[in-house]
Amino acid sequence: MDWMMVLKAFILGGIICIIGQILIDKTKLTPARILVTYVTIGAILGGLGWYKYLINWGGCGATVPLTGFGNTLSKGAIEELKNTGLIGAFTGGIKAASGGIAAAIFFRIYRFFGVETKN
Amino acid sequence: MKQINSKEEYQQYVDQKTPNSPILKNCFNSFWVGGLICAIGQIIFEICKTRGIDETLSYTIVSIILIFISAFLTALNLFNKIGKFAGAGSLIPITGFANSIVSPAMEYKSEGYVMGVGAKMFTVAGPVLVYGISSSIIVGIIYLIFNTQSITLI
Repeated sequence: MDWMMVLKAFILGGIICIIGQILIDKTKLTPARILVTYVTIGAILGGLGWYKYLINWGGCGATVPLTGFGNTLSKGAIEELKNTGLIGAFTGGIKAASGGIAAAIFFRIYRFFGVETKN
Repeated sequence: MKQINSKEEYQQYVDQKTPNSPILKNCFNSFWVGGLICAIGQIIFEICKTRGIDETLSYTIVSIILIFISAFLTALNLFNKIGKFAGAGSLIPITGFANSIVSPAMEYKSEGYVMGVGAKMFTVAGPVLVYGISSSIIVGIIYLIFNTQSITLI
């Protein structure tokens, strides 16, 4: 077990969350807008090929925040584009992120049994 | 008491009276909760690595396990407490995306399983998916334009 990487993931993930917290406290952005901003920024950084430097340094500290989700989408689109041509831009992104999306929907299944959650 | 005449004065008065949100404390809490979630992810990733699972698949496994944990905590009504305490610390990681799929409590009673549970799941997650997927397609098309020679068209 590489504990140094765990520490780096802790620091990088924490910093990314602090930026989000400052956005919540200092601007009037709603959480939904912040999430959308994060995904879009991640997709752009992934497309430019810069996000992989963050992943190389901080591992899951970069992939677990939603910017990592955006990065997975655009990285998948580009890789599929290289393999199958133009159609890959449409299939690649969701294919790469499908595990997370499907899991998020599937684990909500207890809602169908009427389990209440309070917000 | 001072007379309030204009809108600006009223705004000043409100700013004076409302307590400052303790931004330093919020940032500290979101730092260590967000960091902790990422560190747990990294530990799962390291375990996957020692078992010889390749990198891309490991990151997917990490997301799925974290989403499962957050779904579990949401079902126990614990996630909202963590969210109130940590703010962005639990919102920004993938756990917040998973939690956002839970919509306000009453909907399936009033609107049923299709339009209630099925549609309301995506009130927050929908925009994230829409903008994430759209920008990934745009990124792909831009990449295609600038690197045409490296790609076989269709």
